[in-house]
Amino acid sequence: MDNVTFGITMMVCGMGGTILTLWIFSLIMTLLGKIFPESKEGK
Amino acid sequence: MEQAILGGLQGLINGFLHLDWRSLVMLGVGCLLLWLGIKKDCEPLLLVPIGFGCILTNIPLADLMGEEGFLRVIYNMGVANELFPLLIFVGIGAMTDFGPVLANPSTFLLGAAGQFGIFLTLILALALGFPKLDAVSIGIIGACDGPTAIYVTSRYAPHLLGAVSVAAYSYMSLVPVIQPPIMRLLTTEKERNTIMGTMKGSVSKTTKLLFPLVITVIGGLIAPKGLPLLGTIMLGNLMKESGVVARLTKASENEIANVVTLFLGLSIGATMAGGAFLNPQTLIILGLGFLAICLDTVCGLLLGKLMRVLSGGKINPLIGAAGISAFPMAARVVQKEGQKYNKKSYLLMHAMGANAGGQVGSVIAAAVMLSVLSGMGIIK
Repeated sequence: MDNVTFGITMMVCGMGGTILTLWIFSLIMTLLGKIFPESKEGK
Repeated sequence: MEQAILGGLQGLINGFLHLDWRSLVMLGVGCLLLWLGIKKDCEPLLLVPIGFGCILTNIPLADLMGEEGFLRVIYNMGVANELFPLLIFVGIGAMTDFGPVLANPSTFLLGAAGQFGIFLTLILALALGFPKLDAVSIGIIGACDGPTAIYVTSRYAPHLLGAVSVAAYSYMSLVPVIQPPIMRLLTTEKERNTIMGTMKGSVSKTTKLLFPLVITVIGGLIAPKGLPLLGTIMLGNLMKESGVVARLTKASENEIANVVTLFLGLSIGATMAGGAFLNPQTLIILGLGFLAICLDTVCGLLLGKLMRVLSGGKINPLIGAAGISAFPMAARVVQKEGQKYNKKSYLLMHAMGANAGGQVGSVIAAAVMLSVLSGMGIIK
């Protein structure tokens, strides 16, 4: 594999994968925050 | 008799006779690292053992990195097999409060933007002619996360370990110097003046307990090659949040982390032998590492600006600069910069969210990178 293909693949899959994974985390944690709100547990 | 005495005396001056200019320069580099750690308080926990390890390994004839040298034994015990960075990660997980990022999960995205530097630097390193895995190890300096950089480099480019580790830890400690000029350059005074509202309420204990489990399972499924990194930091955090294994948590963040930090620092210093370290490549790596952290900051600020536009001016873009792994230093830098322009601006908790996101982001970026490399068949 040449360096150009490698670099572009790493940028697209690597950075894309990082953003996608963190976006999924943010969605899941938002959901968990709604399912288990602090106020409810506090009571 | 005379011959024996002369031979004995020869033994006492052999070390001096074998000193070459490389050893002398590296002894100077070791002293410089010690000075930075002791006098300038730049990551002293790492730079002091690294500096001393560098001095030890460059004293001729002692052969401390030889087959049976004690530095080689420590290196093989925990760096060659990547154990030390992982043990450090358990401690980091036990020390980190992810509450601010859980209270505002959108700041995970700022943690993603702070990883752009890794991939942009990787491309630059490739353009400069570095082999693929060397370029990956150089790019990972942009994670702004010492253990991650050491984990990746010790596995895929061990010959670069000294340069990459020194760059990662030195630039991490220089975040308060590197970031403010970039912040001022890329934001307007109006943007820097923005006062952000108070953070949403705190996070429930259940959410905090589920966080490490969810991240481990989902992250592990997406990027299994990076599971050691992700799993260890999340194990530390689960122990902290559960509150039922206080002894283990305390040991992870104190005794284990301290012992491992000492061994890790010495081992890294031991890789800085003059013959291997003193070459133009090292200077290029140091330059690229600096660029990586600048690019992280630039991309974080640009996403911060975009979020400001999308939120109708409610977000101060400075918090984007905190989306790197230098925790909590980057958040403190943002708070300090924000207050320079508006005394009523309290950005710390928002920046802590981005900073905790950056901590997770750097691990995820490394994990994703390793899994992509594995998918391409470049690593096993």
